[in-house]
Amino acid sequence: MAARILAVFLLLFLSAAPLGSSLYEDQVGLMDWHQKYIGKVKHAVFHTQRSGRKRVVVSTEENVIASLDLRHGDIFWRRVLGANDVVDAIDVALGKFVITLSSDGSTIRAWNLPDGLMVWETFIRGSKSSKSLLLSGTNSKVDKDNTILAFGEGCLVAVSSADGEVLWKKDFADASFEVQQIIQSPGRDVVYVLGFVGSSSFDAYQINGKNGEVMHHDTASFAGGFSGNTLLVSDDVLVALDAAMSHLITISFQGGGLSINEKPISNLVGDFAGPVEILALKLGRMFALKANKLITFISISNDGKLDVLEKINSAAAISDALSVSDGRHAVGLVQQVDNKVEFTVKLGNDWNTNLLKETINMDHQRGFVRKVFINNYIRTDRSHGFRALVVMEDHSLLLVQQGEIVWGREDGLASILDVTTSELPVEKDGVSVSKVEQNLFEWLKGHILKLKGTLMLASPEDMVVIQGMRLKSSEKSKMTRDHNGFRKLLIVLTRGGKLFALHTGDGRIIWSRLLESLRKSEACEHPTGLRIYTWQVPHHHAMDENPSVLVVGRCQQNLDAPGILSFVDAYTGSEIKSVGPVHSVLQVIPLPFTDSTEQRLHLLIDAKQRVHLYPRSREALSIFQQERSNIYWYSVEADKSIIRGYAIKRTCVHEDAGDYCFEPRDLWSVVFPGKSEKIVSTVTQKLNEVVHTQAKVMAEQELMYKYISKNLLFVATASPKASHEIGSAIPDESFLVVYLIDTITGRILQRMTHQGCQAPVHAVFSENWVVYHYFNLRAHRYEMSVIEIYDQSRADNKDVLKLVVGKHNLTSPTSSYSRPEVVAKSQSYFFTHSVKAITVTLTAKGITSKQLLIGTISDQVLALDKRYLDPRRSLNPSQAEKEEGVIPLTDSLPIIPQSYVTHALKVEGLRGIVTVPAKLESTTLVFSYGVDIFFTRLAPSRTYDSLTEDFSYALLLITIVALIAAIFVTWVWSERKELQEKWR
Amino acid sequence: MSTFHSRRQQTAAREEKANAFLRRTRDEAMEKLNLLRLLLLGLAVVLVGLRPSTAFQSDELLVEDEEFGLEGSAADIPYARPSAPTPIRRRSSDPDSDSKIQFTLEHAFGDSDFSPAGTFSARLKTWNHGGQTLTKLRFSRNALTEAEKEPFQKLLQGDDFYRIRLPSDVLSPPGRDYIASSVKARCLPRDGLDEHFVIHMEGVKLLAVNYGAPGACPYPRQLKLPSKWAFNSHTVLKSSEQAQRTPIFTEEITVGENGEVGVAPPPERSFWAKYWMYLIPLGLIVMNAITQAMNMPEEQAGAQGQPGGGAAQRAPSSAVRRR
Repeated sequence: MAARILAVFLLLFLSAAPLGSSLYEDQVGLMDWHQKYIGKVKHAVFHTQRSGRKRVVVSTEENVIASLDLRHGDIFWRRVLGANDVVDAIDVALGKFVITLSSDGSTIRAWNLPDGLMVWETFIRGSKSSKSLLLSGTNSKVDKDNTILAFGEGCLVAVSSADGEVLWKKDFADASFEVQQIIQSPGRDVVYVLGFVGSSSFDAYQINGKNGEVMHHDTASFAGGFSGNTLLVSDDVLVALDAAMSHLITISFQGGGLSINEKPISNLVGDFAGPVEILALKLGRMFALKANKLITFISISNDGKLDVLEKINSAAAISDALSVSDGRHAVGLVQQVDNKVEFTVKLGNDWNTNLLKETINMDHQRGFVRKVFINNYIRTDRSHGFRALVVMEDHSLLLVQQGEIVWGREDGLASILDVTTSELPVEKDGVSVSKVEQNLFEWLKGHILKLKGTLMLASPEDMVVIQGMRLKSSEKSKMTRDHNGFRKLLIVLTRGGKLFALHTGDGRIIWSRLLESLRKSEACEHPTGLRIYTWQVPHHHAMDENPSVLVVGRCQQNLDAPGILSFVDAYTGSEIKSVGPVHSVLQVIPLPFTDSTEQRLHLLIDAKQRVHLYPRSREALSIFQQERSNIYWYSVEADKSIIRGYAIKRTCVHEDAGDYCFEPRDLWSVVFPGKSEKIVSTVTQKLNEVVHTQAKVMAEQELMYKYISKNLLFVATASPKASHEIGSAIPDESFLVVYLIDTITGRILQRMTHQGCQAPVHAVFSENWVVYHYFNLRAHRYEMSVIEIYDQSRADNKDVLKLVVGKHNLTSPTSSYSRPEVVAKSQSYFFTHSVKAITVTLTAKGITSKQLLIGTISDQVLALDKRYLDPRRSLNPSQAEKEEGVIPLTDSLPIIPQSYVTHALKVEGLRGIVTVPAKLESTTLVFSYGVDIFFTRLAPSRTYDSLTEDFSYALLLITIVALIAAIFVTWVWSERKELQEKWR
Repeated sequence: MSTFHSRRQQTAAREEKANAFLRRTRDEAMEKLNLLRLLLLGLAVVLVGLRPSTAFQSDELLVEDEEFGLEGSAADIPYARPSAPTPIRRRSSDPDSDSKIQFTLEHAFGDSDFSPAGTFSARLKTWNHGGQTLTKLRFSRNALTEAEKEPFQKLLQGDDFYRIRLPSDVLSPPGRDYIASSVKARCLPRDGLDEHFVIHMEGVKLLAVNYGAPGACPYPRQLKLPSKWAFNSHTVLKSSEQAQRTPIFTEEITVGENGEVGVAPPPERSFWAKYWMYLIPLGLIVMNAITQAMNMPEEQAGAQGQPGGGAAQRAPSSAVRRR
């Protein structure tokens, strides 16, 4: 390729470039894309009155508070709280503040509604953990400075909504008093605090809303005992379930004293089995009961009589009640009917008439409706209209109005569990000529524009056009494989059990599929996805087939729960087949063997350390049997601080699929002293990493051989005190020990203690080095250390003559059973940031120098050259070392602002960074995910093997033409001159 | 200051001191030592020769060469079952008390059960600050009995695993669990059966044992029966090494007279060093121009002054062209 030749020239220009590559402003968005999400919505508060912008404020399971545009679903603003700062409740106060209660009710914050700036923050310091409740008193008049009642950590606090000042505080310190409900009577300033004492006694406190004094205290006991939550039906009636879950208890508490009634549930819903749940409607004297896969709506008359109103299928979602006008309340119901969704709004006091009934066509890939929030508006004909915000099973958020989906957000992508990539299909030959001709003019125009841009002749409007052209250049979003390997499919598994395929060019969703096998079923109550693996990559034998991926899931959270396997076509997203629930899955080992249909052999290790081979075919088994004696694996028992190694013993005796199941045999074990060391981190190399050369040439023409083994495990242990939060241990009692363990023999190759250092440890292992990040208590700073290991047994192979003659041991197979002679070099550096994730760039051949990609606390990705983490850095490197590129020693690692991969953007809630090699050696693809997702392309040593995309080919052509013309002209001239000279 | 040192560091410092002392005295008493060594060796040989079971050889290699030396033959220690460790404590005038301790090596052939295969004995040193360390590790290996030779041969034929294990806590074996290691049996035979133990320890806790051949074990493993059915053991005790401290530099900041932090100006380069890239082409152009200017008058003079000569010159060239 001509571009490659030119690259040589380019290399000359770039050889003087500094470390770390950066981006120009107009290059943003050329090869990177960023998508903002919020996660699965938990609460939503509409804010549509008296404001120009219609908005909805939501809080999500990713601890995000966001204000969304109700018209388009765009994010006005959002705030991501920390991982431990779970939002319990949100509300809008005074029409201008968003009030949030978070961290188990210990933090109350007010955010400015238009821009999301925090206005004030108040902490409740109580004595015990409890339910957290928030009452912002929205029903009282807005104009007066209303107080917010918050309950958390066993305290009831009244907070002024204007400045967050605590007006009064009442501590319910009695340990056995479990507060269930807080009610503020709208007219009188009385607050009712209701709760259980023990399991069978019910207490009600009347508290003065002005000063927090207890006005009245009632107790009533109930022999049957209470279980679960209570539900407030109206201002004076509470509903609960008894301990046996067989009776419904109604408690009326106002009007002097408490009265408790019970009624068997079977009288209301008929015979039932299984769990019973009561659902709140916050609707006048009504509630719903979920039992027997049905939701039963029940009303309570004034004298405490219970009447069944309606029974519906439980695959429905019910909204909270909404006050419509003059004391009337409406409730929204969303039901699934076949492929359609039925949205009904009913009036509370007149159940039989529907205010609204709409049927919406819904993509069945979104699953069931999980939550619904309704909001009313006045139509043009002055009647009441309703819109609903619907949260689906796949965590997506939809706004439904007038029987249509106005907008939808794929917020499942905020909770990515695992990522893999797939190649796109190969381009078919034969591109139509007309297409080219049609585009020729456009192409020319584009190039003239680009030329103008290069020659700085372009007007600002032209620049906009150029930028737009660059952005939507069809080249990068094509659905075919490209020469450089930049275009790929990112296949992403989300917590909602949905699989997405994203195009790396522009981040659009190619297909999405809610996996049937990862949905709740009889056999599998709480399925969760775990990991995703490349299952089949058609190569030469099976070119016609589509590639496929393996999704591994688990039925429950606990480790020995049965596993689920699902095989999904990577081009269409269709589920080819699914297996499960099967044996438990602790570990999945992709083997480096494929069968004749290019299916990769996988070993699944279950909780009893038995090995299950997939695919279950005779051919796979025969391939496996050949390699059986060379298969080893290990398990890390972090709770017991033991690491064990295993090999295969024999086929399973008791298992049904006997041939494909193998029993383990213990080979080795490492028992860390449990009282003094606790495993905090284990890291291995990536299986797909390629190492280009084993030898490393040192400064003085010396040769070092990297100790390269795929079977190395990095383990970091910390003293038990040092494995908790920073600050909980003093330097003397905290230390960190790092190990490099060969997982075949259990041999400890390197063991090193860091005194006064502590967890969390983040590490990355690549080639022959490991870099890890931890906190140094003595220096009060974070540190990063590097260990590089070199093989001494090959160190003699320096003689060129020997190499030529072949008297060397470089080609002999290495065995883990040989006693390794390794040398480890280590060095530590200070690093300013704490780290959320750390990984290393991967390239196709491993020639390009490496960069560490560090997810910083500010949710950005920093690229740090590996050369900074070289154990050979010294204070005054010799001339030869300088030439080699050894950087003089500094005590801390530099953070160069230009080397942020995410430039000005933030990947909120960053959790992971994935690197994928492109076909072009210089380039690696980086995908980072958290609440947001971000993708870019990186060239750690610049693109030395290709021209940049904005390279002006036109200018090059013009130069060449001009040069050729000049050659001809001068040739003619010289000819003429020579002739003249000869005739002279 | 010493309170800020951890136990490990104190131990390390102590050992360092002892090492230094040893190094000093070692040179002085080298000859004496050699003599003593010879004597002791002779004694050991005699002892070995006297013992009824001559099959095992004990070898030791200690990392902490502080304690290097020969001391009481390991053979004298009675054989101990793993369930009954007998730490024999002995008082001494030293504030750091010592006591002897033993633990058993067990082995298994393939998937067979573990059976005793040898005894490690070590000295348990209790420092006055409460820390305990193991030193002077010695090992006595039981010879393979006839009944054990057969399964071992089977292992060799089947290229199967020879497994060993040690208790993870030597004071109360087996501790939480055994530490195990295994090797393909074909790696061991040379002349005899060469084995190499690396025992990683932390205080009195054994962390891991790495077992294998002392040298390489090339793959594919060849079947080779040992000529001598005796173990030739090497043992290394390893404890953790300290990581290098992060170097801390005090930044050298040059403070100017007016208090400003000034950056030292780069040394002034010579005129030539700065502008050579312009000067050379300029020079070339000038040279070119001069030569041209020199040629021009010459040519003109030649053309005017020697017309005949010019014609004479032209003739041969036309002749050449005609050819």
